[in-house]
Amino acid sequence: MSDTVDATNTPGEKSGPVLAADGTPLKRSLRRALRRQKMSALLLIAPLLIFILITFIAPIADMLFRSVENEIVQDTLPRTTAILETWDSESGSIPDAPVFKALYQDIFIAQERKLHTRLGSRLNYELTGASSLFRKSGRGVGDIGEVYQDQFEDMNAFWKKGENWNDILGSDAWLAEIKSWKKSSGQAQPPFELRADIAEILPETAAFYKIFADFTQNEKNSNLYKKDPWELIYSSFYDDLTGANAARIDTYTGPGAAELSEAKTAAASFETVDYKVAFGDIDKDWVKMPIWDTIRAYSPRFTNGYFLNAVDMQKSEDGPELRPENQRIYYTLFMRTLFMSSVITISCILLGYPVGWILANLPARTANLLMILVLLPFWTSLLVRTSAWKVMLQQQGVVNDTLVWLGIVADDSRLALINNQTGTIIAMTHILLPFMILPLYSVMQTIPPSYLRAAKSLGATNWTAFWRVYFPQSVPGIGAGSILVFILSIGYYITPEIVGGTTGTFISNRIAYHISSSLNWGLAAALGAILLAVVLGLYYAYDKIVGIDNVKLGG
Amino acid sequence: MVALTPISRKPVGFYVPTAAAAGAFAGLFVGTSQGSGLLGIIIGAVIAGVLAFVLTQLIKNEPIARWGTVIGFAIVGLLLGGIPALVLGAIFGWFFGWFSFWLYEGRYRAKVAPYLTPGQVLWHFTFRVICGAILIFLITPILVVMPLSFNAENFFTFTPKMLSFDPDGYSLKHYRDFFTSSAWQGAVWNSVKIAPAATLLSVSFGTLAAIGLSQQHVPFRRAIMAILISPMIVPLIISAAGMYFFYSRVGLQGTYLGVVLAHAALGIPFVIITVTATLVGFDRSLTRAAANMGANPVTTFFRVQMPLILPGVISGGLFAFITSFDEVVVVLFVGSAGQKTLPWQMFIGLREQISPTILAVATILVGISICLLTVVELLRRRSERLRGMSPG
Repeated sequence: MSDTVDATNTPGEKSGPVLAADGTPLKRSLRRALRRQKMSALLLIAPLLIFILITFIAPIADMLFRSVENEIVQDTLPRTTAILETWDSESGSIPDAPVFKALYQDIFIAQERKLHTRLGSRLNYELTGASSLFRKSGRGVGDIGEVYQDQFEDMNAFWKKGENWNDILGSDAWLAEIKSWKKSSGQAQPPFELRADIAEILPETAAFYKIFADFTQNEKNSNLYKKDPWELIYSSFYDDLTGANAARIDTYTGPGAAELSEAKTAAASFETVDYKVAFGDIDKDWVKMPIWDTIRAYSPRFTNGYFLNAVDMQKSEDGPELRPENQRIYYTLFMRTLFMSSVITISCILLGYPVGWILANLPARTANLLMILVLLPFWTSLLVRTSAWKVMLQQQGVVNDTLVWLGIVADDSRLALINNQTGTIIAMTHILLPFMILPLYSVMQTIPPSYLRAAKSLGATNWTAFWRVYFPQSVPGIGAGSILVFILSIGYYITPEIVGGTTGTFISNRIAYHISSSLNWGLAAALGAILLAVVLGLYYAYDKIVGIDNVKLGG
Repeated sequence: MVALTPISRKPVGFYVPTAAAAGAFAGLFVGTSQGSGLLGIIIGAVIAGVLAFVLTQLIKNEPIARWGTVIGFAIVGLLLGGIPALVLGAIFGWFFGWFSFWLYEGRYRAKVAPYLTPGQVLWHFTFRVICGAILIFLITPILVVMPLSFNAENFFTFTPKMLSFDPDGYSLKHYRDFFTSSAWQGAVWNSVKIAPAATLLSVSFGTLAAIGLSQQHVPFRRAIMAILISPMIVPLIISAAGMYFFYSRVGLQGTYLGVVLAHAALGIPFVIITVTATLVGFDRSLTRAAANMGANPVTTFFRVQMPLILPGVISGGLFAFITSFDEVVVVLFVGSAGQKTLPWQMFIGLREQISPTILAVATILVGISICLLTVVELLRRRSERLRGMSPG
């Protein structure tokens, strides 16, 4: 204790480090106290921070991720996209037979899993007609495999039975388990295991059978042992029997060895399928370039396709290009959103400035009374105000009735005030006006009225005094109010949806449409990301001009 | 502050033409509604001019003159157009009676600075009329909705019966619809279940964090503040889209919990802002004094800090409540039919078949917002008193 007292009393003396009461150096002790303070502050904030990160920031991040995510093409057509990588799209000729064979295998598995229609609708956003093309192909691929299935089954009924296939392809241990397994027992089905070496003897058959087994056991929940295989298994079986590995078949000694070598001999004279021709028969589009260009362009896991779409561009062979004039809707929509938000902001300034002025210059008691008129709409439910405008602006509504009664418009030419841009602008100006008046009022309150009087006494006219003295001081209020109104209006959804009709809608209405009606979530996410970027930019400006800490609520 | 200007009576040559001009303006509207605008202007000007002269020069006794005008105009209105015109006539009568004397006695000069030129005085009053018109624009939608909700017909405009104040023109049937319809009642019940839960979540997390944020040393304060305020900044449609995607991934989409969490997140910025604003004026020596007297941090919080910041917490809670109670975009996406709230039901009603029941609901909601506005205002004053600031 005495050390500390001495040290503080004689600051010039250098007698070792200054010590705190408990003997630790004061510096360290202070640092520890500061750290403890920081920790306790962080601990208090932590629950909310985690809460917001999970319930709010994570969804936003998820949305941003979705705007570039494009796994569906590669997940649904893994083999096709792998081979397509080596395809030279600029050659002008459609891909070769191996691609078509891979396509057959991919689409077959996809249609069993009912995934091909989803891929179809995904590619349909990029190429009209893709949806029906995939739906048709999903129905057609079965027929391709059936060519081989029928030939094998006609040769020997042995190949009809799922049990026989399992006997050949399954391991002995698994076969023992599955044969004693009953679905009614409630136990899980023993997972399929390949027989040792069979993957080398019949590589493709084994690979596809594994997929089939997994699908049957885990997605269909039916007994694999009793299940007859897909047509796909027969076609790949044929490929194995006639392929490069065929010589190894004779080394096989397990169950069905006799039938296997019989099949090998017979297969040599089987009727074959040309996959390219078969797909051409299903739909001519498969032997044309566009679908292949599209699949290739969208096979990477991440794509800028949604963003290109959102700015009216599309992928082409020489990189992104603008869409044809008649398909550019988003540029128009973004421009309309910006234009209408600007009009709303300007009308709010024009209407809000006088009110802010009069509130700031009236005696406090009167100003408080009038403030209620501003705050009441501010506190009233948004839907109440929107419904009020919907009711008032109708053809047979109060506004038109009054105008007709006053003789300003004729009864048979009532104004169309709703379901167009006028409706949106009127209603949103009214809804957002308090957000302009409140910041204007709080800035104008701080401008001393004596400045104006001083300007006038120095000989300024009314207008000069206002324009050169008062107005420059009120600009921060205009800036704050404008950015606030602009940010709010640019992302508005409810009011344009209800009073905007088709010409008075904003980009947000398009986003909602893509989420709930067209189900093009990637495009919705990309549009949302662009909108978010604009809003955050404006918010940054707002923070620089006003400071987010200065946001005030309700006067 | 307002300069008191000596006032004097004005010459006939000034106020009679001015009153006539006002009369012409009123006559224009009455005239066009009756068929001839020009005739209306002339008749209006003559009536107002003569009236101003008669009232000020012949009757002279102000109360008698003004009451007489009101009654006279009302009777003329009644004879010409029944009950609605009676009301209109009384209003006109009151206005012109008041206007004549206001001009004649020079009262308009009383509250403006003495050095203003006539043109500046004219501008002063024109400006007030413009402001009044804007304030009327602000309040009209609310004022129109209220009487319309008592309409006996399924119309969205004032029927002739309503305008003539015929009791048959009014009814409570839209309110009856609201209270007996299971769709509306279910929506109310859902709102009542969701909003308090969301408010509770945002208030408890938000108050804690606001206390943390107002400590002296908070690392990354700006970044943390930006994250916590972000639900208020990000457009609702984007929040809704993100939450829809993310909540369907984790299985919260279409559940009560999902909607509550989403609404709590949206309400948190309001709690943070109001509570930190209250804490700005909080005297830290009070907590130190409490600690000095042996209170542990928990006791200090509940017995010393909490009572002082309670007004801020409550008004933040009210903001959070109204955010959730009014919210429609997020619930539209995150919720399912089982979480259909009152705003959602209104939104459907507005978008599909609009029924006057919505106006009854709107009127009830306006009533609720008036109550909330009053409470918040009282709390704000109390909070400023507690912190030793003058209410203003």
